[in-house]
Amino acid sequence: MIETAAFIFISIGLAFDFFGCLGLVRFPDLYNRLHSSIKCVTLGTSSILFGLFLYKGFTPAGAKALLCILFLLLTAPVSAHVLARSAHKSGIKLWDKSVCDKYAGDEKIND
Amino acid sequence: MKSLRWLIGLVVISAIFGAILFLPLPSLLDWQSPLLKRAFFILFFSGLFSLWRIIRGPTAADRAVALDILGILIVGFCAILGIPTGRDWYIDIGIAWALQSFISILALGKYLEGRRFDD
Repeated sequence: MIETAAFIFISIGLAFDFFGCLGLVRFPDLYNRLHSSIKCVTLGTSSILFGLFLYKGFTPAGAKALLCILFLLLTAPVSAHVLARSAHKSGIKLWDKSVCDKYAGDEKIND
Repeated sequence: MKSLRWLIGLVVISAIFGAILFLPLPSLLDWQSPLLKRAFFILFFSGLFSLWRIIRGPTAADRAVALDILGILIVGFCAILGIPTGRDWYIDIGIAWALQSFISILALGKYLEGRRFDD
């Protein structure tokens, strides 16, 4: 029973990983790619690790899986924010059909 | 022309996904369930997609994004490999890899912004 729940969590995570990486290939722009892929891959890998925790139970490996979920949820948004900010500051243009760029206005005010 | 390219991409993606789900695949080690064997190949093709973006990406920032995604995927890979082999140290590799890729992405972001490492 608990193994079935673990495999369901692992398959949900695999679907999220696959379609997140598909977005990495298919989207036209750096910001769109980051937006599509980092959320999907973080949630998918967290779901795989939670499935591993359900499979192993409260053993040391399961506790380490929970710790790894915590690290991923803390570090992945920070690294995505750093990448988007540095790309914008280094002058990478948005896609030509993008509608608004609020961060450019913020940068002008701060300067 | 654009819709033709879109259709070709759709056919290729669904062919890859269907081949992973339904074809008999080579088993490299003793997987305890068929889902884990499929899981290995799904993660393998996700890694190939992000490697494609690393090779093909027009700017350096695209490559940094794909490297970040690849680092998180490898953590999932370690978690998958921990189940059929029964070895618990794979998840240790996963934790170390998550922290290390976070630090390297911070350094890459600082470099892309045009600042030195000591400001």
